[in-house]
Amino acid sequence: MSLLKVNNLGVQFTTNDGIVSAVNGVSFDLEKGQTLGIVGESGSGKSQTVLAMMGLLARNGKTSGEAVYNGKNLLTMSPSELNRIRGDRVSMIFQDPMTSLNPYLTVERQMTEVLELHKGMTRREAKKRAIELLEAVRIPEAARRVDMYPHEFSGGMRQRVMIAMALLCEPEVLIADEPTTALDVTVQAQILTLLKDLQRDFGTSIIMITHDLGVVAGLCEKVMVMYGGRVMEYGTADEIFYQPSHPYTIGLLGALPRLDHDGSELVSIPGNPPNMARMPKGCPFSERCAHASDRCVNELPPLAASALNPHILRACHKPAAELVNEAREVAHV
Amino acid sequence: MWSYTFRRVLATIPTLLAVITVCYLLLHMTPGGPFDSERKVSAAVLANLQAKYHLDMPLWQQYLYYLKGLLQGDLGASFRYADWTVNDLVGKALPVSASIGGGAILISLVIGVVLGVVAALRQNSLIDYFVMLLGNIGGAFPSFVLGPVLVMIFAIGLGWFPAGGWDSFDVRYMVLPMSLLVFINISTIGRVMRGSMIEVLGSNFIRTARAKGLPMRTIVLRHALKPALMPVVSVIGPLAISSITSAVVTETVFGLPGLGKLIVNGAANRDYTLVLGLVVLVTVITVVFNLLVDLAYALLDPKIRY
Repeated sequence: MSLLKVNNLGVQFTTNDGIVSAVNGVSFDLEKGQTLGIVGESGSGKSQTVLAMMGLLARNGKTSGEAVYNGKNLLTMSPSELNRIRGDRVSMIFQDPMTSLNPYLTVERQMTEVLELHKGMTRREAKKRAIELLEAVRIPEAARRVDMYPHEFSGGMRQRVMIAMALLCEPEVLIADEPTTALDVTVQAQILTLLKDLQRDFGTSIIMITHDLGVVAGLCEKVMVMYGGRVMEYGTADEIFYQPSHPYTIGLLGALPRLDHDGSELVSIPGNPPNMARMPKGCPFSERCAHASDRCVNELPPLAASALNPHILRACHKPAAELVNEAREVAHV
Repeated sequence: MWSYTFRRVLATIPTLLAVITVCYLLLHMTPGGPFDSERKVSAAVLANLQAKYHLDMPLWQQYLYYLKGLLQGDLGASFRYADWTVNDLVGKALPVSASIGGGAILISLVIGVVLGVVAALRQNSLIDYFVMLLGNIGGAFPSFVLGPVLVMIFAIGLGWFPAGGWDSFDVRYMVLPMSLLVFINISTIGRVMRGSMIEVLGSNFIRTARAKGLPMRTIVLRHALKPALMPVVSVIGPLAISSITSAVVTETVFGLPGLGKLIVNGAANRDYTLVLGLVVLVTVITVVFNLLVDLAYALLDPKIRY
């Protein structure tokens, strides 16, 4: 049985312009020790999907569907029940380490409070454990720095503190919402290596949200590609990378700058992401898709097993076989 | 911190000197004098009075004479209250104003912060609307309207408290004027606290705290209160200063022998020494409260170090 089973998850926001669906019909499984990558551009609903699971949506947000963890639906739990799980069994790292730590409290206080709450430790025990974790994420002089405030740490160091904080209770699931986006490239690589090592040591399952396909390739076993609040393609990382069969995935991979080409121009997908308040009737990607037909504009393609490979789920009217050939051409440009 | 405080206190001296000089000049430029009244005094009496208070000297000599007295802590003799020195007058009025204004500020700080937090947590609920309404009433109605309303209800109608007056710190005489000041002050403090608490609760680090599974109580008290208090600290300084030194209307409505009344009477009577003495006092109080506010910032925010 999978550790976390998300079934037909939806997120709706009540706004002045009416109800906006940010996420529709998202389903996935997470096994123990597995890493799932959720990929998509800004506004594709990838962050809202995990925020919904953690009960962290904005006030005007509502959820539908279910996210079953250990036989219990996270979406319908009472706040106090949810508080026993989040931070303890399921924890989260956020995108912006500069603002995600409380500037008014020492790192020690922000870490020890987690252990006091979930593990019933004394402050002294908790501090010892906090220092161990800071050492595990390779913060130099952890015993001294634990008493400092977040503003006394650099951005990369703060993200390490966030990671250490998320791992304090050895969670079964770690959700990382673009953990490296705000960091420069060398620090990004360090943080990713760190996450990989920690996963090996702690056996944590990771949900990695990113728009960086390089991160996915290096870290994830499974990939879910999202666009306009819907799942476009879902499969193992190898399959998605070497045989993409959805026009959006192909576009994303085509937009990756490559080291082995001098081509100075960056490839992009033409057009802009759709306005979530006025989604197309059919496929959300139809407005920007080179293969779009009338059917794509008017009829929403269901997420179904690919004809070429039953392990891959894809939401596209166009047969996979036609697109796979084109994808090969893209890869060989 | 101590050296910062010391430097700030030293910096008060030029401020004080500038304030005194400007006020001194303005007062003497204003037409009329302390001994002008409807009943004419004879030229000889006037000359005697002028000589007694050194008004016959050139202005710069009078000014230096005043500064010399000030250095010795002597604010001079009152021109109008013949048997009183300014030190005596201030010494009597300050405790009245300080207890009413200071007490009111402390009470309104507690009530305002609690109301603001509750309103922020229950945004757009009945209690939120109630707090906002209270804030609007306190902000929109002048104290010369609210004061008599309080008197009508609690003094004349219910007869719980005296309608006005002062009896050597008898609490019954203090309740109504303090209530008025509290009401006016919580309207500002509550509104500011509500706004900043809503803003802080929407920040990323509060989302982190929620993701850690902390109960709402801990999130508010440990994570949100300190940052949300910063804007309140900014407004509490000016509020405290005005509640103590210039609650003129409140003091008039309730007939209190406080500083506000003394300032108004002094200015109307051209009581040069009394007005200057009060200006010195208000300047010192202002400087002290500004310093306290800055020290409170450092106490709350670890990024601020002096």
